[in-house]
Amino acid sequence: MSRPGLRLGAVEYDPKVDRIWAGFRAWFAGYGLDLTYRLYPDYDRQVDDLLDGRLDLAWNSPLAWIRAQRMARARGGTVRPVVMRDTDRDLRSVVVVPADSPYRAPADLAGATVATGAIDSPQATLIPLAYLAGLGVAVDVCRFDVGVGLHGDHIGGERDAARALAAGTVDAALLLDATHLLMCTEGTLEPGGTRVLAATAPFDHCMMTAGPGAPAALVDRFAGQLLGMSYADPDLRELFDLEGLTAWRPGRDTGYASLSAAVDRFGFYDRTGAPGLPVYAR
Amino acid sequence: MTGPLLDLADLGLDAGGHLLLRYRLAQLRPGQRLRVRGRDPALAVHLPAWCRAHGHRTEPVDSTVDGPQETVDGPQETVVVRGERDDLRWSAAQRAGTPGGVESHPPARWGMAARGALLEGGGPVPDFDLDDRDLVWADVAPRLYAHAAARQWDPATAVDWAAPLAHGAEVEAAVVQVMTYLVENEQVALQVPARFLGRLHPHFREVLQLLAIQVADEARHLAVFTRRALLSGDGMGTSSAGGRASLFTLVQEDDFSLATFLLSVLGEGTFVDLLGFLARYGPDPVTRRVALLAMQDERRHVLFGVAHLAQHASLEPALRDRLRAAVHRRHDALRDTAGLGADVFDALVVLAAGSWTPAAVRLGYRRVRELEARMDSGRRRRLARLGFPADEAAELSALHTRNFM
Repeated sequence: MSRPGLRLGAVEYDPKVDRIWAGFRAWFAGYGLDLTYRLYPDYDRQVDDLLDGRLDLAWNSPLAWIRAQRMARARGGTVRPVVMRDTDRDLRSVVVVPADSPYRAPADLAGATVATGAIDSPQATLIPLAYLAGLGVAVDVCRFDVGVGLHGDHIGGERDAARALAAGTVDAALLLDATHLLMCTEGTLEPGGTRVLAATAPFDHCMMTAGPGAPAALVDRFAGQLLGMSYADPDLRELFDLEGLTAWRPGRDTGYASLSAAVDRFGFYDRTGAPGLPVYAR
Repeated sequence: MTGPLLDLADLGLDAGGHLLLRYRLAQLRPGQRLRVRGRDPALAVHLPAWCRAHGHRTEPVDSTVDGPQETVDGPQETVVVRGERDDLRWSAAQRAGTPGGVESHPPARWGMAARGALLEGGGPVPDFDLDDRDLVWADVAPRLYAHAAARQWDPATAVDWAAPLAHGAEVEAAVVQVMTYLVENEQVALQVPARFLGRLHPHFREVLQLLAIQVADEARHLAVFTRRALLSGDGMGTSSAGGRASLFTLVQEDDFSLATFLLSVLGEGTFVDLLGFLARYGPDPVTRRVALLAMQDERRHVLFGVAHLAQHASLEPALRDRLRAAVHRRHDALRDTAGLGADVFDALVVLAAGSWTPAAVRLGYRRVRELEARMDSGRRRRLARLGFPADEAAELSALHTRNFM
C-alpha cells in the first residue's frame, strides 16, 4: 500500500529552495507522509497548477495568494490558508529619501522620480506605490525589473533601487523595512545617509495555500506537523535558517488587504485573477 | 510601562545598535519585555524588522496606533518582547571536550570545531578516520610542537651562501649527487605526513600542528639541498630506479602507525646519522651547515615517531607484530631492487675522502662503513625503545632498506 501523499509547489527564486524542500520532504517521510514537490520558475504557473488540481499545496507569495483566491472564487471554489512563517507577519514597506533631501512628507514627492523593485514586487512596488497613490501623490516610477515572475522574492530589484538612490539618480526608493536595514548594514546605503520618509501599514507576506481539491484531512495533518516543528531540532533548524523563519504559524488572511487594493488600483490582476498590465507599467 | 530600558541614544541598528540590543535581550527570559528608546530616525522601522528576523517581536508603546505611520524625529520608544530563538538554537549544544583534555575517541561532529568550543547541534559530520587517541597521540606532542615552532629557521639567512667552495670539481660532483639524493628523499618525507594531515581528527591539535611543521621542515630542506646542489653549476645528479622504488613503498603505506614507523623511526632515524655524517665530513661550510640544520629538524620527527609508537605499543602489544610484518613486507618488495644507488654510495665516499689519493679514498670508504654501522646501531636502539628484544631488533634493522630512508 502506498503512503499518503501531498504534491507541493515552490518557486525556485534561489538554488537553496531545492535544498529546503528536499529537507522537508525527508523529514515528512520519517513521519509516513510522502511530500513530493515541484519547483516552478514563476508564481503564475504554480498558481495555475494549484487551481487546475495538479498541486495540492503551493508555497505562495502574497501576490500569488491573492491571485489563487481570485481564481478560485471565479471558478466557484476556495483555496485555503494553511501556514505561514513567523517572519511573514507584519512587514512594512518604507519610502526612503536621502537624509539631506528637502522632502519632509510623502506629499513633497509629487512629481518626483521614485525607484521601485520589480513590476510584481508586493513590498517594493505594489504596496508602497499604492500607499503614495492613496495619499494623492503622483510620482514618476523608475522600476528595476530583476527576477520578474518571482514576485519580489529576488532582492536584486530592491538592491538596484537602493543603488539608484545612493547614486542620486532617483529622488526616493521604495523598499521593504528589512531590506532598508540590510542595505544600510551591507553598505549599499550609507548608514545615516538616508531617511525613512514614511512607512506603510503592516502587511503579511507568504502563504502556504491548499488548492480547491486538496485532501483536507491530509492537509490538516501536514499543517499540524509544520506547526509542531521546533527550531531546537538541528536538522530542521538548518532548513528554517535557509527559509528564514523561527516557527511556522497558522495561515491568516487578515494581512493582505493593502496588497489586494493595490492589485485593483493598478489593474495587476482582474477579479478572476487574470493578469493585466499594471498602470505604472503603461 | 516600567521594566528594563535600553537607551540607544542616536545609535542606529545599522551602525552597531543591534549589539547593545542583543546583549540586553540575552539577560532576559523569553517573554520578558525590554523598552528600547532611541533618537535614530530609522529606529521605528528597523527595530521591528530586526526583531522579526531574530525571533523577537515588538509592541508599540501606544498600541492604539494603526494604519500608515510616519516616523518622527524625536526620541521614540518601542517594547521588544524577547523570543526564544537563541535559547532553542543552543538548547542541545555540547562542549567539544575541554581545551586541555584529549579524548580517546572524539566524535566525528567535533571535527570542524576548536577543542573545548560550545557546539551548536547539527552541522557537518566530517570523516576523519584517524580519530583514535591510542593510534595518533603522544604525550610529548605539545612540547615537541612548541620546540619545533621556536626552532624554525630561514633558509635565506640561516646559511652563509657566499661561503667559499675550496674543493675540486670531482668532490663538488659528489656533493651535487648527494644533494640530489637528499632532495628526492625529503620530497617523500614531506608527502607522507601531508597525506595523513587531512585524515587526522583536529581534536588532536598538537599532533596536527606537529605534522604540519614537519611538512614545513621538509619544505625548507628541499629548498636548501636544491640550492646547495646548484651552488656551483646548474645541473642535478642522478636518480636511481631502485632508490625511487624504495621511496615509493613509503608513499604507498596507508596505515598511519606503519607509515610513521617506516618513515620516522627507521627512515628519518637513519637519515639523522647520514646528515650528521655530512655535517661532519662535508667538504665546505654550506654543505655542513645545511646538513646540520636539517639534522636538528629530523631529530624532532624521529622523537615524535618513537614516542607515539612506544605509547601505542604499550597499549596494544600486537602493534609490534604489525610493525615487524611491515618491515618484512617492505624488504620483500625491494628484494629485487638495487638499494642505494652506486652513484650515491661512491659520492659519499668521495665526499668523505676529500680528494682522489688512495689514502684519502681508503679513509672515505672506512668512514662510510662506520656510518652504516652507526645507522644500524641507531635503528636497533630505537626498535628496542618500541619493545623489540635485542636479537629481533638486530634482525629487523638488517632488513631495513639499503636506500637508508
